[in-house]
Amino acid sequence: MADLSTNCAGIKSPNPFWLASAPPANSGDQVKRAFDAGWGGAVWKTLGQPIQNVSSRFAGHGYKGNKAIGFNNIELITDRPLDVNFREITEVKKQYPDHAVIVSLMVETKEEWKDFIKRSIDTGADGLELNFGCPHGMCERGMGSAVGQEPKVNEEITSWAMEYSSIPVLVKLTPNVADIQPHGLAAQRGGADGVSLINTIKSVIGVDIDNFVMRPSVGAQSTNGGYCGSAVKPIALHMLASLARNKDFNLPISGIGGVSTWRDAVEFLLLGATSVQVCTEVMLHGYRVVEDMLTGLNNYMDKHGFKTLNDFVGKAVPSYSEWGNLDMNYETVAKIDADKCIGCYKCMVACHDGAHQCIFPSKDDSRVPVIDESECVGCNLCEIVCPVPDCITMTEVDNGFAPASWNEHVAGTGKLRPKKGAH
Amino acid sequence: MQKQITEDRAETVFEDFKKPYDMKAAVAEANRCLYCEDAPCITACPTSINIPEFIRRIATENIQGSAETIFDSNIFGMSCARVCPVETLCVGDCVFNHMEQPPIQIGKLQRYATDQAFEQDWSFFEPGADTGKRVAIVGGGPASIACAHELRLLGHSPTIFESRDVLGGLNTWGVAPYKMKADRALEEVNWIMQIGGIEVKTGVTVGQDVSFDELKNDYDAVFLGFGLGLDKFLKLEDEGLDGIYGAVEFIEKIKLEQPDVSNVQTAVVLGGGNTAIDAVRQLKGLGIPSVKMVYRGTEERMSGYAHEWEAAKIEGIEGVWHMSPNRFFGENTVTGVLCDVLDQDKKPTGAQQNIEADLVLLAVGQDKQGDIVQSLPGLEIEWGVIKVDSMGRTGCDGVFAGGDCANGAKEVVNATAEGRDAARAIDQYLN
Repeated sequence: MADLSTNCAGIKSPNPFWLASAPPANSGDQVKRAFDAGWGGAVWKTLGQPIQNVSSRFAGHGYKGNKAIGFNNIELITDRPLDVNFREITEVKKQYPDHAVIVSLMVETKEEWKDFIKRSIDTGADGLELNFGCPHGMCERGMGSAVGQEPKVNEEITSWAMEYSSIPVLVKLTPNVADIQPHGLAAQRGGADGVSLINTIKSVIGVDIDNFVMRPSVGAQSTNGGYCGSAVKPIALHMLASLARNKDFNLPISGIGGVSTWRDAVEFLLLGATSVQVCTEVMLHGYRVVEDMLTGLNNYMDKHGFKTLNDFVGKAVPSYSEWGNLDMNYETVAKIDADKCIGCYKCMVACHDGAHQCIFPSKDDSRVPVIDESECVGCNLCEIVCPVPDCITMTEVDNGFAPASWNEHVAGTGKLRPKKGAH
Repeated sequence: MQKQITEDRAETVFEDFKKPYDMKAAVAEANRCLYCEDAPCITACPTSINIPEFIRRIATENIQGSAETIFDSNIFGMSCARVCPVETLCVGDCVFNHMEQPPIQIGKLQRYATDQAFEQDWSFFEPGADTGKRVAIVGGGPASIACAHELRLLGHSPTIFESRDVLGGLNTWGVAPYKMKADRALEEVNWIMQIGGIEVKTGVTVGQDVSFDELKNDYDAVFLGFGLGLDKFLKLEDEGLDGIYGAVEFIEKIKLEQPDVSNVQTAVVLGGGNTAIDAVRQLKGLGIPSVKMVYRGTEERMSGYAHEWEAAKIEGIEGVWHMSPNRFFGENTVTGVLCDVLDQDKKPTGAQQNIEADLVLLAVGQDKQGDIVQSLPGLEIEWGVIKVDSMGRTGCDGVFAGGDCANGAKEVVNATAEGRDAARAIDQYLN
């Protein structure tokens, strides 16, 4: 049994799985049930001056029968009375002393920040998360992503929080920026103990094509919302890795964005996160999804001989390089396992229409396609579309060329192999 | 014109053996389809329906587009969805069979899209510009109607001669009612006829009321799609007793009439083909307590589809193997069949066994009636089947053929493909 406990920016929890600040962490009853199910921590749904929400609020982006590979919402911060929220946080923390309880905050004035931070600390909470990320509704009022998109404002408000807080402070960053790095560095300059990312992505998730109204519709209108769910994971991983590999950025990171399984969580940890926050998967399937996350993570760690999370946090960060440093002489070609092939020809049409025209019909009636390896550029497309596990494998070819990058080639120090498929 | 069929038909007690999909089930199944390139299911379909395409259209809820894809290749797409032996055709060749995944339920998906077309009253076809060419079509089954429809698309004017008073052929009076009932078959005929310009002459038997030579002289081309003849009999002693029928003849009674089987305790069907299996399942479905299929060969080597026989066994039908009927028993009405017991090589062992029965159906084939067109010059007939090339051309100039009279007895989907292809050959001939 591996040790799953974590310490993310000074916030300790029995495992790295936290509920993100969102509807699943809206009330004491919910958070208690989540902790009972196995969640290691919870970031309370953002507190501020309570708002009023609209109906409807959520919509899914579907594909081939799955109604929500992506998800968006136009819900705002808490709509519950503040005293109720603070009382429930206190209760939860008292009842679950070993779990991480983090209070998410979003207010406007320095005085409000001071007041909210004091009341949060009084609950016994383990940390604060400053919501500089919400891309809908609150930003129109000068909060949320309106703060997170301005490094100077970010830094200033972070420094207010640090002035008033005696417990760890995470700054939650918005992905609605061209480059995440100046924003992470701004939080660092403001003194934050850590950052969490990503918040939701500004989005229009879809249109009702018969009623001509965007979704989620509020009568005959709609508005942009925050995009999340499994589909946003690649964007989140990029922003996480961008900060994790930045030599000037030294803060711990709580990873958020499309974490749906233990596999996703492992990827976030490998790219430098020390905790992960989950919302959409819980909204779609309930708190119980954490059970598989816990056993999956444990089994993964046992398989690799990792005793603690620190044994592998950030382990994949060094693999992130610039394109110009990639070895141009590394060569792979696709190989098809004829025994596994079911003859669907998906690889053939994909290669023919979408790649480099090097897969051809079988010459006999086996329907096992034939790959012209002299033309195969090793792009992976056939392997991606093949429905059979391990039927197509990308196999390394020893072409006799020493490793050489584009940058080395430009500098005159590397010799590149001849191009393939470029005629 | 066609006669209306009665609502008082024995077949109406049957429910669909394969339950239809609703929208959500159809979309879920459609989403499983891999959308293969050059898909084996298309190759397996005698009409070459672009199956991955019509399934993708169901997945995107473009049901009208899906139905159009089906009917473009197969105007009998609705009935084929129900009566095709998909297990041995498209579904049997689904690539999922090679990876231990359930194959895509192509027949049920096709039924969903085509049923929608009928319910929503979608029509997809306009006749071609009038060529003034007239084509006589002999027979009113799927091959003939498919041929007539295709000829209309090409602008020609077909006239169907049907000896009965309803169209549809075996779709109307021969298909097992747990697959499709006669009223649905006639709805389909009427839906196809909506293209207009297809003249129908029912109650006209070509060869008796009008000769083949007359048709050949009076029309620009002739299509022969008259199917098979009557059930074969065995010419055994006491075969004329009451209670002994040809299987196709009796199935027609179940489909279009109300035969009284309330006193039948034991029914025996002689044969091991698909008509025999259809017959036993229908007799069981009508409530006859004991139904047996008696066959000369073995269960493994019977010509009927294995998946159909498996269903029959589940329904409680008994198979009796290695038995060859020798003679029948009974006073006025049959009471039993005396059978010779055969060995593995279907040779008599010398032993005999009496099998009691108060209803006996013979499912040992139908007469092949190619000889009725012997007078047409150059037309070749082999074992009663009209010889044709891959496009339905006979040896007689301007005479084409398709369906059971030219293929010896295949599926509706084969008849449809052959009728359609013959129409294209006729079009070439007329131009």
